[in-house]
Formats: sequence, structure tokens, C-alpha cells
Amino acid sequence: MKRKDPDLLLFHAPLLRQGMTTPKAMRDVLYALAPATLASLWFFGLSAALILGACIAGAVAAEWLFAQREARGESLRDASGILTGLLLGLTLPPGLPLWMAFLGGFVGISLGKAIWGGLGHNLFNPALLGRAFLLATFPIAMTTWVPINVDGGFLDVYPGNLALPFMQAGADGVTAATPLGMMKFEHTVTPLADLAFGKVSGSLGETSGLLLLLGGIFLWLRRDLDWRIPVSILLTVLVFSAALSMVDAARFPTPLFSVFSGGLLLGAIYMATDPVTSPITPKGAWIFGTGTGVLVMLIRVFGGLPEGVMYAILLMNAATPLIDRYTQPRVFGRGAESK
Amino acid sequence: MKTLSFLRRSFEHGVHPAHHKQQTEDLPIQRVPFGKDYIMPLGQHIGVPARPVVDVGERVQRGQLIAEPGGFVSTALHSPVTGTIRDIGDFRGVDGRFAPAIAIQADAFATQQADAGPALDWQSLSLEDFIEAVQMAGIVGMGGAAFPAHVKLSVPDGVRIRHLLINGAECEPYLTTDHRLMLERPQALLEGAEIMRQKLGAEETVIGVEMNKPDAIEVIKRHIRPDQPVRVVPLKVKYPQGAEKMMIKSVFGKEVPAGQLPRDVEVNVNNVGTIVAVADYFLRGMPLIERVVTVAGPGVTYPANLIVPLGTPVRDVVKFCGGLRPGTREIIMGGPMMGRPIASLDVPVLKGCSGVLVFTEQQTARRKEYPCISCGRCLEACPYFLNPSRLARLSKSRMFDEMKAYHVFDCVECGSCTFACPSNIPIVQLIRTAKDDLSHRKESDT
Repeated sequence: MKRKDPDLLLFHAPLLRQGMTTPKAMRDVLYALAPATLASLWFFGLSAALILGACIAGAVAAEWLFAQREARGESLRDASGILTGLLLGLTLPPGLPLWMAFLGGFVGISLGKAIWGGLGHNLFNPALLGRAFLLATFPIAMTTWVPINVDGGFLDVYPGNLALPFMQAGADGVTAATPLGMMKFEHTVTPLADLAFGKVSGSLGETSGLLLLLGGIFLWLRRDLDWRIPVSILLTVLVFSAALSMVDAARFPTPLFSVFSGGLLLGAIYMATDPVTSPITPKGAWIFGTGTGVLVMLIRVFGGLPEGVMYAILLMNAATPLIDRYTQPRVFGRGAESK
Repeated sequence: MKTLSFLRRSFEHGVHPAHHKQQTEDLPIQRVPFGKDYIMPLGQHIGVPARPVVDVGERVQRGQLIAEPGGFVSTALHSPVTGTIRDIGDFRGVDGRFAPAIAIQADAFATQQADAGPALDWQSLSLEDFIEAVQMAGIVGMGGAAFPAHVKLSVPDGVRIRHLLINGAECEPYLTTDHRLMLERPQALLEGAEIMRQKLGAEETVIGVEMNKPDAIEVIKRHIRPDQPVRVVPLKVKYPQGAEKMMIKSVFGKEVPAGQLPRDVEVNVNNVGTIVAVADYFLRGMPLIERVVTVAGPGVTYPANLIVPLGTPVRDVVKFCGGLRPGTREIIMGGPMMGRPIASLDVPVLKGCSGVLVFTEQQTARRKEYPCISCGRCLEACPYFLNPSRLARLSKSRMFDEMKAYHVFDCVECGSCTFACPSNIPIVQLIRTAKDDLSHRKESDT
């Protein structure tokens, strides 16, 4: 009896693949952010959970709405929408009305990603675009900071959270200034230990510098992140502010204060490194990181705003295609050339 | 420790696939019994197809010339068996297309004794005669490319070859033919190397072996005679260490300029199997009529390293290895990184076929393709420092001409980028598509 030959497939070599997939890489970033996310719950209680939840809901709703009908499930499975929502949420003030957070997530995905053609095609970081939209639209709510929830119970919610859409945001609760704001407008320095562990006022995710660094190390070990970008951003900021504090130590922040305050670590490790919107070439990554670091310091020191990470990254996002074009690696067996 | 200085010996970039060689690396080479039907495609090497010199119905001896070179970049074919020419016509080839071939029916009662001819007095041959002899022996690059070996030997005036580099990297996963040859026939390897080195006028022979074959390195070192200028260089285990330009970089630290050949940096590179074939012809009179093939992969019942007469249908080879396991989905001729899938078991084993790998569902499961997120893993994989991400995007937009500015023709299709891509983008295929389109248009323009 002759057995029938199997039907043979003709898949092109290479048949072997390494284990990493794009959704896995996205999930890795979620895991890396988990400690900082938990810290935000610790510091701001239920409000943090509500804000993050609203952002993710907004982002996922936009993903679902703008996906092609047959690919709706798929676009949610790659976890990139959830990641955008989480990242956006971590940049928001804990007292922000929830509907604004939802709107931010929705706008971030729709204007930041879907309109460009979806995952992999956008020019700007969607989370930061959503935040820029919120800052431009609701400047007061976006700059009203509340003190961290030191003594209150977990279930205490900041009154601002529950404001109704388009009615005056209830900002009558207790407010507090961020370390960068205090530095800029009152020239008060916050102790470094408070900055590192997160015992400061600020947006949800920018409070605990050490936990953000921890996640960054995890991503670096998993090869999910181009280490050149955070390293060059942080080095630039360190050098820049070291130079400044040599000029006038009383007026300008110390290097470590510059690194640990505000959204710098969150931005440098998790947002500037968004592979889609940062250069793919190694040389380009250095240029991108250095440029971001310089812009952050310029805005912080000479600009009207106390914090400049968001605009610095968005500006460098815009320069990314150009940087990529002019930093192609030298091809094996060819001399140096610019293309 | 002296070996420590070699740890860093490598080219840059590349990837680290699991090497999967445990299946066959300890299995001695054995001979496949002769079967009945043999098919010898006339174009089983790179270049012009060979021209038949026999007629249908003619009786041929094992090792007898059946087709002569069709031009300079072409090579001879010999009958792998004693038998009768059954047919000269079109047969289905590895890529599924019909191509001219000679079909031979083996004699059922022939001894198939390998007494093809006397040893040649290679020392007294002039270089031209030597080159012609290599061509008439049908010897091609045995690593997989099947590029006629004599073409590489004919060096233009003014170019000198200083180093004969023998490629024993065998960086493709699963394959163990070169490993076994180095272990079992070190004598032949060193004899062939000496013939080649003297004829080329090279100063030394360097044998590059990946460090995952310490036994082979040991055995070769033990067989080197004091009067032979041979050194064995252990190389880092990394794919594609066996790509000739990468190996030159690893061993000599030199980059072969783009568009040029190894000879432009005074090196001649040959695969272990090629060198052994040279020894077999000049010392034992055996033209290239058989080769070592690794049969492995999860879909084969008894993996093996086999001497297979050329032209043997894959069906016979697989049958000798206990047949296919249920769940077989794909058979690759060559290695899993650069080999070619075959459409039918009736395809014959060719001169360039280093392996027959049988894969099941697990390797061939369709992985979902995601959009490129510019993660840069392909840039870090590409040993040529190309930008595969950009090339793939351009190819998808059919912007083939723009790809030339990104040096698409420098790509050797090693597959490292595709292996590394987390979005499962078929980068190599996209690059091939563009190359095919560009070269066809170039042809039709001229």
C-alpha cells in the first residue's frame, strides 16, 4: 500500500525565528511600568486608578472605533493601545477630571496614531500628543497639582476627578506645587530623597524616579529599548545643568535634581524610546537623545513653562525621519558616505 | 589561555539561532544504498547549464562524463551510477519549474564500484590545465551556492592570492556535513588544501571553524604535517559566520569592498566539502558524483549524515532514513536560514544540497505579521549594516529604484533580519522581489 505524500508548504527561508514578537515587546513595557503604576496607586489612591482607567478606556475605544471592522480584535491584542493609555495617564495630574483623561486617551490614539495609518506609521508619540492636546485645551486643570495622599485612605478621591464634562472643573480642593514649579517660581529645592522615592507632588507617574529606572533596566535587559536614547538624554541633562549650576548655583537646579524631577525619567525611558517615533539608526538615536536633552533644559530654564519633556520629545519626533535619512549606517565594504 | 584571544574573533552584527546540531553531529557518515532512478539537472550549478554528451539508451559507467561545460562559468556532469540513459528532457526542479536534465536508470546488478580513474599528476599540471581539470571534474562550491570552483581559481593578471581560506564554519543550524567531513576525512581535507594552496601560490592555508566543533578543530590540528603551512582558526558561533566575506572579516579583519570579490583582498575561500572533492579527484580520480547530506529536522524518523549519489530523489533519501513522521509540512533543501523549500519528494539531490531538513507544524506555523515598529532589531542583525526595515518598507510600496540608494544589491539574503524581526515581516522575500524586478528591468533595457 502506497502512502500519500504530505502536502508540502513552500515557505521561504529563514524558517527559524527568534522568540520575540511585537505584542510581547509591548507587554514588556507594560510590565516595566507596573512598579511605577503601583507606586502611583500608593501615593494617590483610588484617583490614580480612575485616571489611568479612563485614559486606557479612551485609548482602547479609539483603537476599536478606528480599526477596520475585521481587524478590530487584532488591533486590541497587540497591547499598543493599552500602553498608550497607560503612558498618557502617568503624565496627568491626579486631580484631573476623569472625562478629560478619557478624552485625552481617545484623542491620543485617534489623532496620534489612527489618522497616520495605525501602529508603526505615526510621526508623534500618541500618548504625548494626547497630553499636548489636553494641555492646550484645559490648561488650568492640567496644571492644577494636588499634594500626595499621605494620610488619607486609599478610597479618598480628589474632588476634581468627578467634575462633569464641560462644567467648571472643581479645583477647590487643596493644591500643591510640583518640585519643578517650586524651583522655577519660588526657587525652593525639594530634597533629592523625596524625588527619588516619589514623595512629591506631580503627575501620576513622574513621582518615583527609582521605580521608573528599575523598569528601564528590565527593558534594557530584554533588549526592548534602545539604551542610547535614555542614556544620551540623561547625560545631556546632567551636563547641561552641571554647567548651569556652576554659573549660578542658587538660581539653577543641581544636575541630580534635574534628572529626578518632573517627567524626565518617564519621558526619557518610556516615551522618547517609543521605537516608532524615534530614529532606527544607532547614530540617529544619539542625536535624538542629545537633542531631546537640550530642548528639555532650554524649556525648563529659559521657557515659560516649568516642565519641557513633552514638547522636547514631540519636537524631536518631528525631526526623526530627517535624522534617520542622514544617519544611515556605513554599509559593510563601503566607505563613509552620507545618504 | 590561548583560546581566549579567539573569543572575540568575529564579524559584527549577526544573529544567534539555536543550532539544533545535536540530532546528527555524532552520527558517522554512511552510504545510501543505490536505487533505481537518477535525475541529473544540467543546470545544478550557478552559470550556463552543461551540454549533454550522451544519447538516450546509451550505457554509462559510474563516474563517466555525461555532460560537458556549456561555457566558462559552467561545469561538467558525470553519471552517479552505472546504468542506462533513460531520457534527456525537462524534469521538475527544486524551485518547481521544469528544467533540462538527464535521467539515468541504474543497473540492477552493477556493483557500482567506485573505480573512476587513476590519480592525476597534479604537480606537473600548469595552472590553466589545473583549472580545466577542476572544471571537468564538475567541482562546485559545496556549501550551498554551487558556484563552479574553477572560476574562483582563475585569477586575473596582477592579482595575488596569499591566503587559502577553508570554510568550516557551518553556521547554518541543523547541518553537520562539514563537521563530519572534518572529523572523518581530515587527511583528505589537508591533501586537497595543499593541492589548492600550491596551485594558487598562496602562502598559507587557514581553516575557519566555529567553536561549537572543538572535536573537529582538534582532529585537524592533529593531522597537520609540520611542512604544511596550515592553521586552524576557531571562530565565534554566530550566524552568518560562514558567509565568505564575513569569514574573511573574522579571520583577517579585512572588509571585502562592496561589489568586489575575496581575491581583491588576496583571499580565496572554499568550503570544506569543495576541498575534499578536489582531493578525491586529483588523488583518487573520482569526479564529483556524490556528496554528504545531513538529513535532519523534527519530521524525519532517523536523522543521519549520508553520502548520497547526485541525482538521487529526495524520496529515496528520506525512505532510507525511516520515512517522514506524521505532521511533516515542509522539506528544505539546504539549511533552514538560506535553503529552499521543495515542492515534491521527486526532486533530486544536487551538488549544492548540503541538507534535507524536514519540518513540522511547529516550524512552519504561520505567524501573524505586524506592522514594522522600527524597533531596529534588523539593523542590529544585518552583517552588512544595511537598513532592512527601510528596504522592506520601500519594497512594500514597490519603490524599488529608491532601494538602490539603500544598497539593496549588497544584501546576500542571509535571512538574519527576518530571523530577528518581532513583527514577522518577510524582509528577505521583499528584498528578493525588489532585486528580481530591478534586474529583470535592467535586462530588458539592454
